[in-house]
Amino acid sequence: MNQEGENRSIQKSSLAIHRDLFVAFFRSGIVSFGGGPSGIPLIEAEVVKRYHWMSLEEFGDMVALANALPGPINTKLAGYVGWRVKGLSGLLVALAAVVLPTVILMVALLGVLARFQDQRWVRGMTQAVLPVVGVLMAQLTWSFMKNAKKGLGWIISLILVGLSFVLMEVLHVHPAILIALTLLLVLLKPSKKAGERK
Amino acid sequence: MILWKMFLAFFIPGILGYGGGPASIPLVENEVVGHYHWMTVSEFSNILAFGNALPGPIATKMAGYIGYDVAGIAGALVAMFATVAPSLILLIALLKLLERFKDSPKVKWLTLLIRPIIVVMLGMMAYNFFATSFQSSGWLPMILIAAASLVLMQRFRIHPAFVIAGALIIGAAFMG
Repeated sequence: MNQEGENRSIQKSSLAIHRDLFVAFFRSGIVSFGGGPSGIPLIEAEVVKRYHWMSLEEFGDMVALANALPGPINTKLAGYVGWRVKGLSGLLVALAAVVLPTVILMVALLGVLARFQDQRWVRGMTQAVLPVVGVLMAQLTWSFMKNAKKGLGWIISLILVGLSFVLMEVLHVHPAILIALTLLLVLLKPSKKAGERK
Repeated sequence: MILWKMFLAFFIPGILGYGGGPASIPLVENEVVGHYHWMTVSEFSNILAFGNALPGPIATKMAGYIGYDVAGIAGALVAMFATVAPSLILLIALLKLLERFKDSPKVKWLTLLIRPIIVVMLGMMAYNFFATSFQSSGWLPMILIAAASLVLMQRFRIHPAFVIAGALIIGAAFMG
């Protein structure tokens, strides 16, 4: 997957790659309503499905670590993907594509359009987008469920999903702590027994 | 001097705000309103409400706007840099480390064992979007839009960006 993606990007000119990065992150930024997290499935659609810059597994590792670190999620993903695809210039292009259009919109429109925020049609737009984002997020969840099953089998996957759910949502253990603990367990145990965390 | 304050005001929420941009907003308010008195609470909440109605990540929108308001374009750039850069540099360093050892069996196990955690994190985000949707528009519009977008994306392979654009138009015309 990764190899294939790299070969493909080698064939493209540097300008074309920067343009692809800009398009991918402009598109996923400008349609993500309701803050950063709603952009995750949109970024996946561009980065994994459309441009093949990384595999779903790599995307998963990136999302997990990005979630475990502080700060806005969308810009972390854009910056890292840009950096991986084309170094520092790729990072800057991807970040600019996510951040600048909406900031400029905000600065330009705030004075003029502040009174529109209570308009019915503006609220209607936000309401209509929520179920679509829910579906996108659910689809991505399912991709990772299938992915976990491929490596761990149904039973272990479901047990671990249940365990993570109880830890994070019932006992409110912070995801960063859970990921750090998993990391520690894997590093400390001999590799064959690393799966015995359950 | 003002730019250094601007950097600190957004660096601290950026490095302390776990759970993505929305989680860091109260911390930003604490700096901008409580500590530096650049704006009042009601000014801040107006900007937040407006920022939420626009697309894109919220933390950088707030940083860009407040930075511009207080110290012009340089302020906007410094505020956005302070929001984005620290956590991004950390992520790149961590993933670079992971990539160096990606053929070791331990890293393969890590990738595998992290997957169920991702399933739960993303699943909860999906649930939260549906829950907010249910609260704001009721179950019928929610189910209709969800079903339509599922069919369009899954069966007809329409790019999500276009489905969202369609939903925005329908929302503006018929909902609210």
